Amino acid sequence: MGKTLFDKIWDSHVVATIEEGPSVLYIDRHLIHEVTSPQAFAGIEKRGVEVFRPQNTVATPDHNVPTIDQHLSIKDELSRFQVNKLTENCERHGVTLFGLNHPYQGIVHVIGPQLGLTRPGMTIVCGDSHTSTHGAFGSVAFGIGTSEVEMVLATQCIMQPKPKKMRISVEGELPKGISAKDVVLYIISKVTASGGTGYFVEFAGSAIRSLSMEGRMTVCNMSIEMGARGGLIAPDQTTFDYVKGREYAPKGAEWEKELAKWKELYSDEDAVFDKEIVFDAADIEPMITYGTNPGMGTKVKGRIPTLDEVPEKERNSFTKSMKYMGFNPGDELIGKPVDYVFVGSCTNGRIEDLREVAKFVKGRKKADNITAWIVPGSKQVEQQAIEEGIVDILEEAGFKLRQPGCSACLAMNDDKIPSGKYAVSTSNRNFEGRQGPGSRTLLASPVTAAAVAVTGTIVDPREISELELV
Amino acid sequence: MAIEKFTKITSSAVPLPIENVDTDQIIPARFLKATTREGFGENLFRDWRYDSNNKPVEDFVLNDPRYSGKILVAGKNFGSGSSREHAAWAVHDYGFKVVVSSFFADIFRGNSLNNGLLPVLVTEEFLEEIFAEIEKDPKAEFEVDLKSQTFKIVSTGSTASFEINSYKKECLLNGFDDIDYLLNIKDKITAFEASRA
Repeated sequence: MGKTLFDKIWDSHVVATIEEGPSVLYIDRHLIHEVTSPQAFAGIEKRGVEVFRPQNTVATPDHNVPTIDQHLSIKDELSRFQVNKLTENCERHGVTLFGLNHPYQGIVHVIGPQLGLTRPGMTIVCGDSHTSTHGAFGSVAFGIGTSEVEMVLATQCIMQPKPKKMRISVEGELPKGISAKDVVLYIISKVTASGGTGYFVEFAGSAIRSLSMEGRMTVCNMSIEMGARGGLIAPDQTTFDYVKGREYAPKGAEWEKELAKWKELYSDEDAVFDKEIVFDAADIEPMITYGTNPGMGTKVKGRIPTLDEVPEKERNSFTKSMKYMGFNPGDELIGKPVDYVFVGSCTNGRIEDLREVAKFVKGRKKADNITAWIVPGSKQVEQQAIEEGIVDILEEAGFKLRQPGCSACLAMNDDKIPSGKYAVSTSNRNFEGRQGPGSRTLLASPVTAAAVAVTGTIVDPREISELELV
Repeated sequence: MAIEKFTKITSSAVPLPIENVDTDQIIPARFLKATTREGFGENLFRDWRYDSNNKPVEDFVLNDPRYSGKILVAGKNFGSGSSREHAAWAVHDYGFKVVVSSFFADIFRGNSLNNGLLPVLVTEEFLEEIFAEIEKDPKAEFEVDLKSQTFKIVSTGSTASFEINSYKKECLLNGFDDIDYLLNIKDKITAFEASRA
């Protein structure tokens, strides 16, 4: 029997398997940030253990950093302490750190791919659930808890039961104006926020293959939002072209050697998945969420389900969610007023996302009722946006580019959506209070967010500019 | 370093019949700025427990004097979202030793097991039975026995068995943690690295 892509990578990293227990899995790349690592460093120090393979871990502060005045000392005392702690820990244990103001600093899942630290065939972990982003390169990448961060620091291994395998294929050509974010919001709306639990998902099909690397990252990023352990896509020429020449990518003979291995990374034709789902790309429209988990999504032109349409057992949670959002079951979404637009995060904070927004708002003005925050995913993205003139276009339209970090995606820093306000956000979670206590989040693509920023209400971007969409 | 041992407890339970309780509800991100593992229980379910003026929300279960105990009984898909282990720390730090649900998010389940917090997975029907029992009598007792892998409603004797892999079971019964195990097989890890070079 053939092997799935996931099996090929997982199996080649198993150091040992405990009978009726988890596997000991070797980790090639470990990414850390300021929030989920301090207790892990404290743990190994308490045990009197050194970091086993410091060269395999890379650190950057992203979760709690301010997105203005980064050259100044961080005002928030606890955030400053946490960021300083990361610096201290990295210095003490010989871990490479791209600190605040370093040209490579950024959201951990944006910088990994950008620097060529993320490569096909690797096992990659980070104390952050959106580590699944790196699966876009054909790697087995997933989020871990702090105890596991400690395990990796101490032994370069973690203990994990092997998940089941699911393949989600999107076949056919994506309609004009449909982005990777629409694809993944569509998938989650069908699979539900828990439908992927226990599985590792391979995304496949011609529509997935047609996506750029950044689009693929957006899709894999949100695997966790359907409960999946992670998601991955078989590497192909698009992947190899992206990785080639990047700072930490292999060079010369080493590149050729690696490339030959990467070309073997695909699911064999006779490989068996525990579950298979196929979607038709033609069915996908611009998507938006209306509730308090990412599975509660519909097409922008759609409406919220009526109570009758919700399974009886889920009605209490649904009603609670509608109350929180200030929506009524059955409501149309088009035309609903919005207060904030957030473009950024590890889901949609890369250069292509900023380009799409700039292309859309060029020659237009932001609506008066909208506060718009555009937060690049990394210093490199910020620099590129400046060089490409994106910043000028955004400023002319009334937007302001902030500095890199996780920002309003999880609102650990000061970038909080005020209580009761509506935010159309390109991030990944619409949980209660996710973007600040009482905040109400509607997840959408960068183009939809840009269109909302211009009109001030929920709108289908295709209605505004058919011509400009690709 | 060891985790707290778990063998058997008998306790009343706190009901949280809400589905898809994500880790941002369990412990909101703004409380993740600590650099130690302790003290997160104070902010467990912070935004459901307190209003915007930091006044306790009276009808939230943790503020309801009728309910107490070491067992948290929650609706389907508990612990979804972020991988923050702080969520498991918060539940444990508050004083819970067991979380019961009909469905757990993967990462939360793993994090719980690594911290001596026992996730007990039961069927939806049995979960309903537990909720009904607590509604009937908020002081109703439940017995959780890890050795026999059983969860019992004491008054009725109704019992469900639950799954846990035998390695994790041994860890919890004896208070071992994964890091001890991994440190003990470092030679094997080094040999694995050599085999790949």
